[in-house]
Amino acid sequence: MADSLALQGSFAATPETPFRDPTGESPVAKWVLISIAVAFLALVLFMPLVAVFAEALRRGWQVALASIVEPDALASIKLTLLVAAIAVPANLVFGVAAAWAIAKFEFKGKAFLITLIDLPFSVSPVIAGLVYVLLFNAQSYFGPLLNSYGLQILFAVPGVVLATIFVTFPFIARELIPLMQDQGTGDEEAAISLGASGWQAFRLVTLPNIKWGLLYGVLLCNARAMGEFGAVSVVSGRLRGETVTMPLQVEILYNEYHFVAAFAVASLLAVLALVTLVLKAVLERVYGRGDGLRGH
Amino acid sequence: MELRVNSIDKTFSGFHALDNVSLDIRSGELIALLGPSGSGKTTLLRLIAGLDFPTGGAIHFGDEDASKKSVQERNVGFVFQHYALFRHMNVLDNIGFGLKVRPAATRPPKSEIRRRALELLDLVQLSGLEKRFPNQLSGGQRQRVALARALAIEPKVLLLDEPFGALDAQVRRDLRRWLREIHDRTGHTTVFVTHDQEEALELADRVVVMSSGRIEQVGSADDIYDTPNSPFVYGFIGESSRLPVRVEDGQVWLEDRTIGLDAQNAPAGPAELYFRPHDIDVLEGCGGCIAGTVTATRRVEARRRIELAVGGPGHRVEIELPADSAVAEGTRIAFRPRAWKLFPAH
Repeated sequence: MADSLALQGSFAATPETPFRDPTGESPVAKWVLISIAVAFLALVLFMPLVAVFAEALRRGWQVALASIVEPDALASIKLTLLVAAIAVPANLVFGVAAAWAIAKFEFKGKAFLITLIDLPFSVSPVIAGLVYVLLFNAQSYFGPLLNSYGLQILFAVPGVVLATIFVTFPFIARELIPLMQDQGTGDEEAAISLGASGWQAFRLVTLPNIKWGLLYGVLLCNARAMGEFGAVSVVSGRLRGETVTMPLQVEILYNEYHFVAAFAVASLLAVLALVTLVLKAVLERVYGRGDGLRGH
Repeated sequence: MELRVNSIDKTFSGFHALDNVSLDIRSGELIALLGPSGSGKTTLLRLIAGLDFPTGGAIHFGDEDASKKSVQERNVGFVFQHYALFRHMNVLDNIGFGLKVRPAATRPPKSEIRRRALELLDLVQLSGLEKRFPNQLSGGQRQRVALARALAIEPKVLLLDEPFGALDAQVRRDLRRWLREIHDRTGHTTVFVTHDQEEALELADRVVVMSSGRIEQVGSADDIYDTPNSPFVYGFIGESSRLPVRVEDGQVWLEDRTIGLDAQNAPAGPAELYFRPHDIDVLEGCGGCIAGTVTATRRVEARRRIELAVGGPGHRVEIELPADSAVAEGTRIAFRPRAWKLFPAH
């Protein structure tokens, strides 16, 4: 017995034959899988990203900078930030309300509501844009009505905002629904049994429980709001300096053979996206004790 | 605070969870709602708390009709089965939560909330853990924090849903004794839900036995154990033996012979005889008794349980004898139950 134990000990200590995790894969399989993933990411994600920056800086950073501070480009940057600044908070409120209703209450038509929330994911953004064109054009019911109050929706900033809200609606709700369903209503019941009002229960108990999911949803929503092309393209009318967002500006510049300028604006868009991701990582590191954080 | 539950009905989309339930709870009493899962005990507790509204009937707190009041207005201390501690708050903030959310007019100052929370933490014997978060506590500790949090709002009644359900056996026993002490010290009217009969009988002043949305019996541990009033209570509380018999001429008959039990008040016809396996007399000679052949013996804790085949086909009963009684399989034993009850056969 003692011999076999000693044998086992020396066996385990030999570096050539380490004991393998019995439920794990062999080292070969592990490395093959990792290599495939890395190669794929390098090919389809990393290389294009590098190409964007390389192309933008082809004629030096002064040229790239000049094409960004050019008035039309600057206007597109401002509009993109403005649209995101309206669309994200709007969807924050709608998303939390929808997720709350679905996760914490039982009512008829719940499945239908969930399907409805998914609609922007399943419908092509171009169709989303066309829907707004149909609703608000000069021959429609709403268009002339709102026009008579001096409110222009189509081919104006409100249309761009509406289209963006439509396309980015599911991000926050979809992120929160499984999280809130998972958490159930126990904590809220505890809070109100202790005398908290509904609003207090939400603010002091629900919100802290979902804050990481919420943050993740907001960041995804923001990234998409800034990058949305299809729906915005249909409703914007491409009035330069007025209804052109950054993705549209990139396309316009590219079509007019201003390659450096197009890629310069594109890099800025990419940088905004990267900043979003870095922000998320930093926030997780600073505040994340791991509570309520789902593995993403 | 007295609690009166008046003919409460509760249906969930067609399912009758509670069916005309009435119950009076005296001030300062410790009451157990005992029953199998699906018996409606948790539903009743949630209705008392105001976490659900009844379909019919009323609930009175003292002289006040609480039926239409919200949870917040009822001011009950509710301890949830899985504690429902706020995981992003430390122990002290959890306990102080109920005071912190009060409207400004009745909210104590911060220092007072802290003092009260520390005092309660001391009451539940967790001093020194105020900075911990719920996920850094053991199950038993979490349960204590949940109780302290419920007590902090100075509730009119204390309601506990399966308070020890998720804990291991040793911790359960300790916490049981401790809950009794807390109850005796604070004097709150307390209702707790359990499916553990030992817990209910040991801890409660009175036990409410429930099944299928109805109250089967209300009584002290002695009442419930010694004089069960239905086959369900016989079967659910403690061990029981059942034997199909017949009532004729004021006598209980097993097959073709009387067994020495007088049944003057029972209606004639087929019936079921219930008795406790330990509550029997073993007889030497047998004129009017239940006699059977030993088919199996088992040692159960301090007693020996013996399975007998009596009379007709497949009639088996269990009796209990002292552990030192040597009984071989195949021997004949005659006995007569000391306390017993007849129920109509179904």
